[in-house]
Amino acid sequence: MTVTTLSAAPPLPTATEKFRFYALWIAMAVVLVVLPQIFGSGASLTTFSLIGISAIFALSYNILLGQTGMLSFGHAVYYGLGGFMVIHAINIIGANKLSIPLPVVPLIGGLTGLLFAALLGWVSTQRSGTAFAMISLGVAELIASSALILRSFFGGEAGISANRTKLFRVFGWTFGPQIQIYYLVAAWTLIAVIAMYALTRTPLGRMCNAVRDNPERVQFVGYNPHVIRYLAFCFSGFFAGVAGALAAINFEIANSAYLGAVQSGTVLFAAYIGGIGFFIGPIVGAIVVTILSLGLSDLTQVWQLYFGLIFIAVVLFAPGGITGLLMMHRPLLRAGNLFKLLPSYLAALVATAAMIAGLILAIETIVHYTVNPGDDSHIKAFGVGFDAASPYIWATAAVLMIGGYLAARRTWTWVGHAWDNATHEAREKGIAA
Amino acid sequence: MSAAIELRGVEKSFGDVAIIRNINLTVAQGERHALIGPNGAGKSTTFNLISGYMAPSSGSVLLRGEVISGLPPYQINRRGLSRSFQVTNVFANLSVWENLRCAVLWATGQRYSFWKNIDNLPEVRTRTAIILEDINLTARRDVPAGLLTYAEQRALEIGITVAGGADVILLDEPTAGMSHAETERAVALIRRLTEGRTLLIVEHDMSVVFGLAQRISVLVYGQIIASGTPEEIRADPKVKEAYLGEEAA
Repeated sequence: MTVTTLSAAPPLPTATEKFRFYALWIAMAVVLVVLPQIFGSGASLTTFSLIGISAIFALSYNILLGQTGMLSFGHAVYYGLGGFMVIHAINIIGANKLSIPLPVVPLIGGLTGLLFAALLGWVSTQRSGTAFAMISLGVAELIASSALILRSFFGGEAGISANRTKLFRVFGWTFGPQIQIYYLVAAWTLIAVIAMYALTRTPLGRMCNAVRDNPERVQFVGYNPHVIRYLAFCFSGFFAGVAGALAAINFEIANSAYLGAVQSGTVLFAAYIGGIGFFIGPIVGAIVVTILSLGLSDLTQVWQLYFGLIFIAVVLFAPGGITGLLMMHRPLLRAGNLFKLLPSYLAALVATAAMIAGLILAIETIVHYTVNPGDDSHIKAFGVGFDAASPYIWATAAVLMIGGYLAARRTWTWVGHAWDNATHEAREKGIAA
Repeated sequence: MSAAIELRGVEKSFGDVAIIRNINLTVAQGERHALIGPNGAGKSTTFNLISGYMAPSSGSVLLRGEVISGLPPYQINRRGLSRSFQVTNVFANLSVWENLRCAVLWATGQRYSFWKNIDNLPEVRTRTAIILEDINLTARRDVPAGLLTYAEQRALEIGITVAGGADVILLDEPTAGMSHAETERAVALIRRLTEGRTLLIVEHDMSVVFGLAQRISVLVYGQIIASGTPEEIRADPKVKEAYLGEEAA
C-alpha cells in the first residue's frame, strides 16, 4: 500500500533540484550585490531602488489579485500609510535619539500596513469580485481625501519630510548616499520576495489559490473563504507597507500622492503587465513599468497615454502578461523548434512596428494641435523631430497605420499557423504545450 | 444510536414559492440511502439545506443528533459531512494533486497555517496520494482540473468530497451524463470509497439506485412520499403513480 501510494505522489525534490532552488536565490543575492559595481551612476542606483520598491509593492498586490483573486483599486492605502508612519517614526526616533537604526524602520511601515489592513479588511473581504473592488475603491478615496484634511498627520499638499541620516548608526552607515539606500532596498527586496514566495508554498497560500478558483467549493472542504481572503489581505497590507516605507526612506518625504488612485492604478498595471499568473510576473512588471515611466516621460509629453495603450494591448492580446508570453515558449524551447517561429515573428514585428510608428506619429500630431496649438509645429517625440503641420507627415502616418495594420493582420495569422505547427511538433515529441 | 442525518419538518421557500414542503427524513449511520424523484422535486435543494449551502425556512437538520441547520457550510463540513455537486465544482486552475490536497488540509489539522511548507507535511502527502490512487487519476496528477475529461472531473469531484475523511457523504447525481461503462466504474468507485460511511445519494439512473442503495426515499413536489427498502419502494403504488410509472410508460 505505502509503496504504491507514495509512487502516486509527486516525487520529492532531489538533492540537485534543492541545490538549484537555493542556488537561484543566492544568485539573486549576488546580482543585487554586484549590480552597483557595473551600473554605479546615481541615476541607475535610483532606478534600481525604485524597481526594488515597486517589485515589493507589485508582489504584495499580487497576493490579492493573482493568488487570491481579489481585484483591489485601493492598494496604495497600505503603501501610503506605511510611508507616512515611517516618516513620522524617523522624526520621532531622530528627535529622541532612540537607538533604532534605519534598516529596521521599514518594519514599522510593514506593521502599519498590516494594522490598517487588519482594521479595514474584515468588511471588504466578506466578498470577492465586484463588492470587494468597490469597497477597496471607497476606502481608498476615504483615506486619500483624509490625507488632505488631517494636516497634522499627513501634512496637507506639501506632505511631510524627514532626515534619514540622523538615526542611530551601525557600522558607520549614514544612509545619506544613494548607494547605501540601494543596499537597504535590495536587502529588503530580497527578504520580502523570499517571504512572499514562501507564503505561496504554505497551506494558507494554497487555499488562497483555491479561493481564487472557486470560493464556493472551499466552504465544502472545511475552510471559511472569508478568513482566507482576510489573511491574504493582511499579508498584502504588510508588504505594501514595507514598500511604502522604503519609498518614504528613499525620497525622505511622504505626501498624499502615496495614497492616491494613481499609485493604486500603477501597481495594478505593473502586476498585470508582468503577469499575475506567475510568481515572478509582478517583478517583471515592476522592472518594465519603472523603466518605462522613467524613460517615456523624457521622450514624450503624453507618456501616460502610451501607458494606457500598452495596458489595453496586454489585456487584449496577452492576458498572461510578459511572463505569460515568455512561458508559452518553454515547451518549444525544450523541443528545440523555437527557431521555426523566427521568420514569422520577424515579419510580424516589422509590420506591427510600422503600424505603431504611424500611430505614434498621429498621436503626437493630434496632441500638438489639441494641447499646444499656438506653439511651433516643429515638434520632437521619441527623439525624432518632425513638422506636425506638414501634409507629408499626415500622409505618412496614415499610410503606416493602415498599411501596417493590413500587413500586421496577415503576419499575425502566419505567426498563428507557425505556432500551431511548432506546438504540434512539440506535442509529438511528448512535451506538453 | 442517533441517526447520521435527520430532517425534522424542514421547509424551504423562495419568496412565496415553497420548494421544500415539510420533509421528514432519517438516514441511519452506515446506510446507503438514495433520494429519488422527478426533475424539480427539490432533491438538490434538500442537499443544499443539509450541507448548509442554504438555511431552511423552518424545521431543523440534525447530524448525529446535533442541530446543524443554520451553520455555515464549512462548519458542517468540519463536523464530518461532505457533499459533491451536480455540476462539477472543482478548482479548475489547480492540478488534480492540488485539488485533492486542498481537500485534506483541514482534516489533517493544517487550518490557516502560513508557517509550514506544504510539501513537507507527510500526513497530507500520504492521504492525498491514497485518494489519488483511489480515484484512478494518478496518471493525470499534474494536469489542471479544468483540462480533465468529463468523467475524470466527476471522479475528481467525488475524490474531493471524500478526501477529508467525512463519515457522512452526500453525492448529487454522481453519474449524470456518463456512458454506461463510465457509470459502472463510477458506481464501483462510490461503493469502495463510501465503505463503512453513511451515504446519501441523489440519482436519476434507476439501475444505479436499486443496485447501490439499501434504503430509498422518494421526493415529489417538495415532500417525501415514500421511504423504505428498494423492494418496498418498487411495490409502493404511490411511487409507481408519481414517478416509476412515468418511467415505465
